[in-house]
Amino acid sequence: MTDNDEFIINGHKINSRLFLGTGKFGDDALIPKCIEVSGAHIVTVAIRRVDFNTNTDNITQHLPKDCILMPNTHGARNAEEAVRIARLGRAAGCGDWVKIEVVSDNKYLLPDNEETLKATEILVNDGFIVMPYMTPDLYAARRMRDAGAASVMPLGAPIGTNKGFKTRELVEIMCNELDIPVIVDAGIGKPSEAAECMEAGADAVLVNTAIATAADPVLMAEAFGEAVRAGRKAYLSGPGAVKSMAEASTPLTGFLR
Amino acid sequence: MNIILNGEDTIVAEGTTVTAILEERKTDPKTVVVEADGEILKPEDFETTVLKEGSVLEVLRFVGGG
Repeated sequence: MTDNDEFIINGHKINSRLFLGTGKFGDDALIPKCIEVSGAHIVTVAIRRVDFNTNTDNITQHLPKDCILMPNTHGARNAEEAVRIARLGRAAGCGDWVKIEVVSDNKYLLPDNEETLKATEILVNDGFIVMPYMTPDLYAARRMRDAGAASVMPLGAPIGTNKGFKTRELVEIMCNELDIPVIVDAGIGKPSEAAECMEAGADAVLVNTAIATAADPVLMAEAFGEAVRAGRKAYLSGPGAVKSMAEASTPLTGFLR
Repeated sequence: MNIILNGEDTIVAEGTTVTAILEERKTDPKTVVVEADGEILKPEDFETTVLKEGSVLEVLRFVGGG
C-alpha cells in the first residue's frame, strides 16, 4: 500500500518524508553519511558572509548532487530581509526552493507569521517554491496557502530545544484542514517524536539539532529515517480506537475449564 | 579608497574589481555569491565590476543551517 504513497511538493516527487537540516554538525563530513542512511532528499542550508580569515568550506561541497537544496532565510528579522536572503540563495545556485524563516524574538526564536506571509507573497511572485516556517496557526497557514506557499512548516517546539511535538493539537488541526503538505519543523528531539508527528498526519518532519548533536549523528539519522517511515505507515494504516476500559485481545470463548 | 567588505571598512586600490578582491583573499569565485551595493552580481560580471569609493560588497556562501 505504501508503495503508492507518493510525496509531491509543487509537482516535485520527494523521495523521503524526513528533511535534514545541516547546522551544528561537529564535522560536516558526517552530513553525506546522514543523508545516505536516513534517505533524506530535501536538505536545508543557510547563507552567511564568507570569513576571509578562516575561509571555511562551502557546505554544498559535502552534499550529494541528487539532494534538493533548500536555503533558509535564517537571520531575517522582517519580510524584506527574508526576500533579500532568498534571492541571494537562488543566485548562489540553489534552485528555486526556499524555507522562509523570519524571527525577531531572540529568546524563543518564534517565527513571525505576519512578516512570513508578506515574504511568501513576494517570493511566490518571484517564482520560488516557498516553504514557510511558522508558528502553528490555521488562519495564518491558510493565508500562506492562498498566497501560493508550496507547504507550511509549523514548529513542533521552539527551535533547538529537543522538547518534542508540543504543538500537536494545533498542528493536527492544520493537517486535517489544509490541502497542502504540513511539515513539522523544529523542536523534535527523538525519533519517537518524529513518528508521533507522522501518526498525527504530518506529511514530513524536518530534523537538525537532534541528529547533529547526537553522540553518533549517523546512527541517529538512520533512526529518524526509520521512525518517519514507521509513523507514516501507522497513519496510513488507520489506528484503532482508544478505549477507557480494558478489552481482552484474546477470544473470550472456548475456555478450558 | 575605502569600501565596506562584509561589514568591515577595507582599503583597496582604485580600479579594484570583484575578481581581484576574491583572488587576493584566496576565495574560489565558484563557491560564493556576491552582492555589490544591493545588487546581486552574475559570476560573469565579477571581472568587470569595478569598485567605487564607499562601495558596499557582500561576499556570501552556503553554510550548515536548519
